[in-house]
Amino acid sequence: MQLFDFNGGVTPEYHKEASTQSPIAVSPAPSRNGLKNFLVIPLHQSIGGTPRPLVSAGDRVLKGQRIGAADGDMSSAVHASTSGQVVAVEMRRMPHPSGLSALCVVIEADGRDEWIARQPFDYHQHTAAETRDYLRDAGVVGLGGAVFPTHLKISPGKGGKLDTLIINGAECEPFITCDDLLMRERAEAIIQGVVILRDLLAAGRALIGIEDNKPQALAAMTAAVQAGGHQDMAVVAVPTRYPAGGAKQLIRVLTGIEVPHGKRSTDYGVQCFNVGTAYAIHEAINLGQPLISRIVTVAGNVAAPRNYAALIGTPLHTLLANSQPLPDTDRLIMGGPMMGITLPGDEVPVVKATNCILVGSPRLFPPPPPEMPCIRCGECAKACPADLQPFELYWFSRAKIFGKAQEYHLFDCIECGCCAYVCPSHIPLVDYYRFAKSEIWANESEKAAADQAREQYEFRQLREAREAQEKAARLAARTAAGRAAATNALAMAPVTAPAATSAAASAVTSAATPVTEPAQTPSPQAALIAAALERARAQQVQPANTTNLTPEQQAEIAAIEARRAQIRTQAHPHLPPDD
Amino acid sequence: MLAALLVMALGAVVLGAALGFAAVKFRVEGDPLTEKIDAILPQTQCGQCGYPGCKPYAAAMAKGEADINQCPPGGDEGIRKLADLLGREYKPLSAEHGVEKPKALAVIDEQRCIGCTLCIQACPVDAIVGAAKQMHTVIAAQCTGCELCVPVCPVDCIDMVPVAENITTWKWKYPVVAIKPVTTQ
Ligand code: SF4
Ligand code: SF4
Ligand code: SF4
Ligand code: SF4
Repeated sequence: MQLFDFNGGVTPEYHKEASTQSPIAVSPAPSRNGLKNFLVIPLHQSIGGTPRPLVSAGDRVLKGQRIGAADGDMSSAVHASTSGQVVAVEMRRMPHPSGLSALCVVIEADGRDEWIARQPFDYHQHTAAETRDYLRDAGVVGLGGAVFPTHLKISPGKGGKLDTLIINGAECEPFITCDDLLMRERAEAIIQGVVILRDLLAAGRALIGIEDNKPQALAAMTAAVQAGGHQDMAVVAVPTRYPAGGAKQLIRVLTGIEVPHGKRSTDYGVQCFNVGTAYAIHEAINLGQPLISRIVTVAGNVAAPRNYAALIGTPLHTLLANSQPLPDTDRLIMGGPMMGITLPGDEVPVVKATNCILVGSPRLFPPPPPEMPCIRCGECAKACPADLQPFELYWFSRAKIFGKAQEYHLFDCIECGCCAYVCPSHIPLVDYYRFAKSEIWANESEKAAADQAREQYEFRQLREAREAQEKAARLAARTAAGRAAATNALAMAPVTAPAATSAAASAVTSAATPVTEPAQTPSPQAALIAAALERARAQQVQPANTTNLTPEQQAEIAAIEARRAQIRTQAHPHLPPDD
Repeated sequence: MLAALLVMALGAVVLGAALGFAAVKFRVEGDPLTEKIDAILPQTQCGQCGYPGCKPYAAAMAKGEADINQCPPGGDEGIRKLADLLGREYKPLSAEHGVEKPKALAVIDEQRCIGCTLCIQACPVDAIVGAAKQMHTVIAAQCTGCELCVPVCPVDCIDMVPVAENITTWKWKYPVVAIKPVTTQ
């Protein structure tokens, strides 16, 4: 098969052997030897809206039970990773560079690991929309690191079908080996997931791209494809070069299609999923198990680097315990050395995005040399796999000229770090891009809020104008009615005069002017007063509904009034008595 | 000579007609400069600038009647953008119009609310829901933080609560440039 090449890229040291020596281990099981074990499951674990909590403190939950419901379609559900009791739904520190907290469900594991009733989902019997909803409620998201809700990617694009389904097993970043081990050990299950994806997307063929530094994974996957007798699937070894595992880069290498800036790959008949995601889809559809665990590599400055099947919500210190971080450990990184983020502490939980915990030390990652001015050597542009001009992006981000940075396609930057890796001036380029991107996002949301406020304000003004108009119309109508009433009153003056007060009499006199001079219209105010008086008189004659009450009814009213008075004093205990 | 004159005259007539047609056909509704200025203003609608809302202030600036440093919610950045757009000199926020504050949202203490509807009438963006003698509440997503509802409440139950940073609004910080210590012998 003909392979293509992408521009740029780097070949750092891979450090992958250490963690691939032993098979995947199960991360310390919750609640062993009577030791209390807590899982902290953040509600917001994917791109999109934050799921609504479905449980509260004190509830008992089963393994796989939905504890957070997707907030709209652009969101994904979360589930209890083991059985136990919810001890709190509260703010906990997140595995996020900010070190800020977010809403989490804290579950005390009971050690029984009791599943919900699991039922396979026969997607042949359901519509595409139903299958998408099922995957959303099963919490399946992209496990390559981007955690984009998978159900949103399962739509075949414009033509109603896809030419090529690409399964990403490249795993190009140093230290990370979770996909490698998954492919070695669970190749059949991954292929079953690929079959589901192929059916759902009506894909013509499926290409599974794996970097050629993983011969065992390549062999296992090829064997699984052959065993399944899938003629439309091929396992392809791609050259090892970072970042061959970037979606656009892998698409380019396997199909030669270059997805232009700001376009979607489905417009070109290609869609890309990670092997871990395919595995999760198999578990959700064929086994009825929602996404509650994932494979996490623990590597770097540890005595025993290894891959673990860890429950979502496992605190990092529990996960790391078996691998024994060395004493000079000074930081924890989620992800790899190129794209990873430094974590705020070891109590944060494993989330769906956690592919690797890289334990760092000053020996392993010495502090970078001081930043020097950009000499515009162009090395970064040569290394950029997204075909950008990193030095321009750097310049505009640094100078906070964000509009220009966007013109240079800042948002096509995949933050791969190749540019910073090769920069002879040691400029932390990606830090500048992250800064610029978050500033632009903040500006955009501010702008959206301002636009909404403007709309609301203009609507309110419109409404006020309309109300004023309506009021004027009502006033005019009443004036007309009042005029008629005044005429009547004058006609009946001898009869009603004794009942009228002196004020009414004067009103009537003033209102009477038009009658004596029919050509002149009455002053609206006078007519109104007369009309109001007329109404008041009419009401006086009518019996009120509070007269002729039985003693029981009166007692009831008294009781109600007493209750109201009591509520009033309760509602305002802090108000001074004179208030 | 005459032919040349005729050609020129004809050209003038044709072009004049085209211009006249374009003036009618592509007429711009409203004042484009006011719109541009209004797009920069924060739309808090608080009136601190001395005008009954952002749009009137924008119109006054477009006419050259108002200065560019009267909007406290827009702050320093807003003034810079206005200076850029209008080609005027930057100047700091005028003290008589107020100070720039971190964004806050109104929160009604629902235990204390007596349902007087006064705050509903004061809110320029309809961010308060409630009805007479019913408890009122603020729709946080629509509140601009203008503080207009605070003084009108007869039982003083509205507080302005500063907006805290959360995971989704958190921003990457500007990279700190490490300064290499210079060692002197
Ligand atoms: S590699 Fe570094 S020094 Fe060279 S052009 Fe890029 S940013 Fe500038
Ligand atoms: S981090 Fe962005 S700019 Fe730098 S090489 Fe990667 S894609 Fe290009
Ligand atoms: S001070 Fe600023 S936000 Fe407030 S009304 Fe004036 S322009 Fe709008
Ligand atoms: S709720 Fe209060 S602070 Fe918020 S927009 Fe309305 S009036 Fe202004």
